Amino acid sequence: MEALLSIVTGMLFMVSMYFILHRHLFKLILGLILFGLATNLFMFVAGGLTRGNSAILKQDQEVAIEPYADPVPQALLLTAIVIGFGLQAFAIVIIKRVYQVYKSNNLDDLANNDNIEH
Amino acid sequence: MSQHLLVLLPLLLPLYGAILCLPFWKRSLPQQWVAGCTQVCWMASAAMLIYEVTTTGIVKTQIGNWPAPYGITMVADIFSALMIGASTIVGFAVYLFSLRGLNESRKTYGYYPMLLLLQMGISGVCLTGDIFNLYVWFEVLLISCFTLLALGGTKAQLEGTIKYVTINMLASGLLLTGIGMVYSLTGSLNLAELGRLVRQPGSDLSLVNIASIFFLIGFGIKSAIFPLFFWLPASYHTPPIAISAFIAGLLTKVGIYTLIRLFTLVFIMDRNFILPLLLVLSGLTMVVGVLGAASQTDFRKILSFHIVSQIGYMLMGLAINTPLAIAGSVFFILHNILVKTNLFLISGVVAQRHKTFALKKLGGEYLKNPFLAILFLLSALSLAGIPPFSGFWGKFMLAKAGLLNENYSIVATSLAVSLITIFSMTKIWNEAFLKPKPDNNGSEKEVVTSEEKQASRYLLVPVVLLAGIILFIGLYAEPVISLSIRAAEQLKNTDLYINAVLNR
Repeated sequence: MEALLSIVTGMLFMVSMYFILHRHLFKLILGLILFGLATNLFMFVAGGLTRGNSAILKQDQEVAIEPYADPVPQALLLTAIVIGFGLQAFAIVIIKRVYQVYKSNNLDDLANNDNIEH
Repeated sequence: MSQHLLVLLPLLLPLYGAILCLPFWKRSLPQQWVAGCTQVCWMASAAMLIYEVTTTGIVKTQIGNWPAPYGITMVADIFSALMIGASTIVGFAVYLFSLRGLNESRKTYGYYPMLLLLQMGISGVCLTGDIFNLYVWFEVLLISCFTLLALGGTKAQLEGTIKYVTINMLASGLLLTGIGMVYSLTGSLNLAELGRLVRQPGSDLSLVNIASIFFLIGFGIKSAIFPLFFWLPASYHTPPIAISAFIAGLLTKVGIYTLIRLFTLVFIMDRNFILPLLLVLSGLTMVVGVLGAASQTDFRKILSFHIVSQIGYMLMGLAINTPLAIAGSVFFILHNILVKTNLFLISGVVAQRHKTFALKKLGGEYLKNPFLAILFLLSALSLAGIPPFSGFWGKFMLAKAGLLNENYSIVATSLAVSLITIFSMTKIWNEAFLKPKPDNNGSEKEVVTSEEKQASRYLLVPVVLLAGIILFIGLYAEPVISLSIRAAEQLKNTDLYINAVLNR
């Protein structure tokens, strides 16, 4: 299972970089989302995949029954997913705004504007 | 006041300030009052924290009273307290500037709460003692920074923001990958515990090295180190001055702060690879940044490239890695936060009158406003490191440490870069202040209303405040130097930090 998920993680990283390096705004969004997914999956795999019990203790239990999954990477993942969700939402809004203002979905059309008005 | 509250106040004050601003959405005046009070309180809390840390040593608190390696720790040593102190001063100055130097719609729709949240993020990064928590604070800082950069939504701002957002999301992803690796290798996220684990004899550290490269790249992007700095000059000059001055003054330095923290405390193995690499990177960062600055003709773009160049000096101290060199870095970071913000604010005062930042169209400022010219000269010379001003002491400490450690080439590079820094500052001086104002249309006379005159006089207040502090640090450098030397000793003597956090 670890080997398979490692390969999937690598492919996710690869595809996301490919998308980000494109000069298309929509592919940029896809790339950023996939990159977030790849890092999350990496953390999940690196934290160790343990099948078996959860680390939740019953009332009269002192220690969890082996083998149990480490809860820390899962907690980290949940936080990271939520943060990534917020950032991606912001990125999508800003990219949509860029599309509306520049009327183009090519990053090269974003003229380098040195005369800045406020 | 209890130590626990002291450590948390720099976080809580901006948070509550931002929340209090939100009910007054659409009305800028109450927001200004709330934000102003918060800035003053924040400054006071930072001053108390610095006092506490310098008198009693490292202070810490465990969130939720979970003991150290399991819960989240908030720690303040001298370095982090000084960082927060400098950022409160800059925050107050930028707040004063924003009262007259920012348009009404930006002030009404979110400038003050976002600035406060950004300041909370900076405090969080400086105070946290947990590597994942560090990531979370960086995200808090980034999302408020994105919003500030895009606030107002002009074409140039959107272009700058999209670059900034993309590169920073990549950097955060790399950081998260590194954190995942560190956790899977050591089974701990607490910085002090990590520092203890990597120092244990017989632990296998070869993979932790690889993880450290993720951190180097992630924070390298955030702090604009040599091959990773291209986003900075492309985005920092786009928002209005009241926003870009704060971001330019602080964010890259916070990245350097974390690099210094992590590479003195946790990633201490394999010095023979990392330190020469950092040394080469710091030299290249200095040179490329200053050459970029020399080729620009826009006031703010020159200053943006100078940020990159100055980052090289801060990295140089970390790369030499003797106590004196790190003290030099600490001093240089503090000095640079103040000076860089001040230069940006001055560019804002000049542009407020001429309605442009292009050096070609500026001119005649020396005759019209000699006081502002002197303030600029003071900050520019301080940036370049001319003796009586604050930049000199930082560069002196770094150069002395380099010579003692026999790194002659980096010292030579840093001194040469100082010369080119003076050159590009002279360019601004000649073009914006000394040469007569070019009149393109001949007949078009500048109409300055009395209201505008009053506003621009008011804008000088934060500039004078910062310039006074810079001058003070330059002429009376002893207390700041001794504080940075003590900070460096704490950073190098990691047992203090580890024992304080782990309660041993």
